[in-house]
Amino acid sequence: MDTTTALFYLFSAVLLFAAFRVITARSTVHAALYLVLAFFSAACVWMLLEAEFLALTLILVYVGAVMVLFLFVVMMLDVHTDKFREGFWRHFPLAGLIGAVIALQMALVLMTGFDLPEAPPPDARALELGNTKLLGIAIYTEYLYPLQLAAALLLLAMFAAVALTLRRRKDSRYLDPAAQMKARKADRLRVVKMPPVVDQPADGAAQAGGEQR
Amino acid sequence: MTAELNPDLLLAIVLAPLAGAIVAGLFGRQIGTRGAHGVTILGVAVSFVLSALVLRDVALHGARFDGTVYEWMVIGGLRMEVGFLVDGLSAMMMVVVTFVSLMVHIYTIGYMAGDPGYQRFFSYISLFTFSMLMLVMSNNFLQLFFAWEAVGLVSYLLIGFWYKRPTAVHANLKAFLVNRVGDFGFILGIGLLAAYAGTLHYGQTFAKAGELAAMTLPGTDWALLTVACICLFIGAMGKSAQVPLHVWLPDSMEGPTPISALIHAATMVTAGIFMVARMSPLFELSAVALNLILVVGAVTALFMGLLGIVQNDIKRVVAYSTLSQLGYMTVALGASAYSVAVFHLMTHAFFKALLFLAAGSVIIGMHHAQDIRNMGGLRRYMPITWITALLGSLALIGTPLFSGYYSKESILIAVAASPQPAAAFASFALVAGVFITAFYTFRMYFLVFHGEERFRLEPQPDPDDHDHGHDGHHGATPHESPWVVTAPLVLLAVPSVVIGYLALEPMLFGPFLQDAIRVDAAAHPAMTVLDQKVEGPLAFAVYGLTTLPFWLAVAGVALAYLFYVRAPQIPAAIARALRPLVVVLENKYYMDWFNEHVLAAGARAVGTGLWRGGDQALIDGVMIDGSARSIDRMAGVLRLLQTGRLYWYALVMMLGIVVLMTWMLWPHLALLLGH
Amino acid sequence: MTGLTLGHFLSLGAILFALSVIGIFLNRRNLIVMLMAIELMLLAVNINFIAFAYFLGDMAGQVFVFFILTVAAAEAAIGLAILVVLFRNRASIAVDDIDTLKG
Repeated sequence: MDTTTALFYLFSAVLLFAAFRVITARSTVHAALYLVLAFFSAACVWMLLEAEFLALTLILVYVGAVMVLFLFVVMMLDVHTDKFREGFWRHFPLAGLIGAVIALQMALVLMTGFDLPEAPPPDARALELGNTKLLGIAIYTEYLYPLQLAAALLLLAMFAAVALTLRRRKDSRYLDPAAQMKARKADRLRVVKMPPVVDQPADGAAQAGGEQR
Repeated sequence: MTAELNPDLLLAIVLAPLAGAIVAGLFGRQIGTRGAHGVTILGVAVSFVLSALVLRDVALHGARFDGTVYEWMVIGGLRMEVGFLVDGLSAMMMVVVTFVSLMVHIYTIGYMAGDPGYQRFFSYISLFTFSMLMLVMSNNFLQLFFAWEAVGLVSYLLIGFWYKRPTAVHANLKAFLVNRVGDFGFILGIGLLAAYAGTLHYGQTFAKAGELAAMTLPGTDWALLTVACICLFIGAMGKSAQVPLHVWLPDSMEGPTPISALIHAATMVTAGIFMVARMSPLFELSAVALNLILVVGAVTALFMGLLGIVQNDIKRVVAYSTLSQLGYMTVALGASAYSVAVFHLMTHAFFKALLFLAAGSVIIGMHHAQDIRNMGGLRRYMPITWITALLGSLALIGTPLFSGYYSKESILIAVAASPQPAAAFASFALVAGVFITAFYTFRMYFLVFHGEERFRLEPQPDPDDHDHGHDGHHGATPHESPWVVTAPLVLLAVPSVVIGYLALEPMLFGPFLQDAIRVDAAAHPAMTVLDQKVEGPLAFAVYGLTTLPFWLAVAGVALAYLFYVRAPQIPAAIARALRPLVVVLENKYYMDWFNEHVLAAGARAVGTGLWRGGDQALIDGVMIDGSARSIDRMAGVLRLLQTGRLYWYALVMMLGIVVLMTWMLWPHLALLLGH
Repeated sequence: MTGLTLGHFLSLGAILFALSVIGIFLNRRNLIVMLMAIELMLLAVNINFIAFAYFLGDMAGQVFVFFILTVAAAEAAIGLAILVVLFRNRASIAVDDIDTLKG
């Protein structure tokens, strides 16, 4: 066995172990960390497949951003993890069976359908430019439009995430402009005519006032 | 050379009573009682006069009419029309119907005086006259059936005239329902004939009688004509009250006496006899049907006569007498002596209507009491009623020279000469019936008009009379009825005495009925034998003095005189000795009990069972509610798939993909597994 | 690269995918782990794409992975935002408790 194959088996083993631990970890934080490990191993496998840019992007974007986000959320939510494990292993046989069937079927299809033992020889241009540049050329020429769409999608996702979780401050003095425009004087102020109540001065006071003059 | 009758004249005969009925019915309140009876009597009188003219033309000048007056519609090849057939048979019936109807109309002025439904009654009896005329003048089966149902309807209306009495309502329903059973057979018969002859017209059907006689009912080997004739006869059994469809007639006495006379003695009940006589070309070709008719008629004649002996209501005695005499007519039909049957129909119409009206007169005189055990010696107080009743009774029992004798004796001779298998039994039944008829008729006569005046005593409780007698004043002297009541009695007594003498030869042996009635003289020699025996009315009367039936009748009268005038304790002793027999007779052979508790209750049970089992349980429960409930249950099960939980949905999606993949990759996988 | 065929990588992806399906089904009490399992699923698919890009010599696979990464990031963000709001309202992230839309 040569180095590449050995490395492949090593990384695959770690990846599959990490994936298994993700779904069977007792604590959610552990699960998140195992997922990070899984991504790292996957990135290494991708390196073996000469997709360097994407391998590193995986680490940067996925591990660096998405998994950190996961960890944020996991640690923010104060959940009681002990209740989670009830009935966990009870369903494992059925789930295991289903998983095994899926894996088998996919493997059967993919392996027998695509008989490609050898990679094609790399052409000179590819070797000269390197994976990153080739990828860049492909994205910015042939797949430019999907790129723009992807960008819009990210923007949208940002808005969505903010809009979903936005909470109003209780002390904010926000006014709805539409409601402001609809306010009418008649709703706020009503003038009521009332006859004046005239005080009759007491007789003694009037006379006293008159006498004093 | 046959002269033609004017169709407008015939229309006038039919429509005059109808017009009277409509005016009296719709405008009764406006025109009042006098207007009502005036307009209806006018209508019927016009009808009678015109019918008499028609009879004269038919009898003396040989006029005939068979044509369509109004074509209603044509369906396929079947013509449905209103038409008239006027020959000897229908002309005779027209005169009888209109004459008796006219007598009853006049009589009703006296009988129903003061009744709140006076105008309604006149409207109904005129309507009945219209319906009966349509029946006898019809020239096709459709009109016959329409008129058949119409007379049944008017009979229903009239029996339940005093509709606030529960007994009257029970009786009119019974009449209608039993008639319905007969009508069912009738319409089957008409349907068969219409289907195989392709026409509803009498003449065309009779023309095809030969062909029809050769056909059999598909799927069986019964002769078609036999089945059709038996079905038609079932209709006649319903209408003419033959056993076992006779049960409605005694109960129909709940209606006022005038209609008992008009409908249930003289005209409607004879519709069946008339119909069979009219269909003689068909019946002659079916010996089986004729034999059946013979048996049914004989049974009715004998057993209904026996029931007349134990009746205490004056109207019931006459009702059972009617049943018995209808049996005689039916027997005559069965012996293929159709003209004799029709002859007896005519004479019977007169003397039976007379007897009913006389009974009504007695009832009025007794202040609406009807139990003959509370009467007696009425001849001193109601002379006209007494004499006319005596004449009617003598006619009924067959006294020589009276009309009833000629027709009854002819029947006896005809039956004796019939070669049918049941003729012997029928002959015995009829001869026995002569004795029984004489006995019960004169029992009634003696109990009502002779003997001690029991109405001055404490009244007997009456079991079969419901509340008729209670509004009378017991002990008050009876009086003769007003002239409007007695005049019809006298007018009816005249033909009861003389019509037999006068009509014997022309009707039975002359050309009067020849074209209406067809007899197969070779197979059924009754008429030929009769022709040989009868040499003239007077000779026939003298001959009658020497025959057995005459002496039986005399014996019956004598026995009745002995039992009910001389020694009243004898019948009471006999009744005690023969108690079981008397109970059976009083319960009318338990036929009413059977109808009510077995047939009617059985039908109700079937209906209830079908309602609970079929309608509620099956249709509502299983099909309607059941389908809703099963959908509900299925939905309840399917709903469990929607758990609302994400992982469940995801899992199901995965499973779906697995299944889909397996299905699509199956050849691939199978190949793989085969390796 | 000797010994390694496309099949190796594809089976790796398949097993990873299966694991994540199991994970979705098992974690009925913890929504966050379910979201993580979804990320694993996406990762498995990405591995497939990269492998194909390598063995077929076509850059399109890698471009696609690029976009999948973008979308996955966006989806993770929004998913977590929803989770946070859900937790605020229900004080629970058990999947079993989010079943008001049941039939």
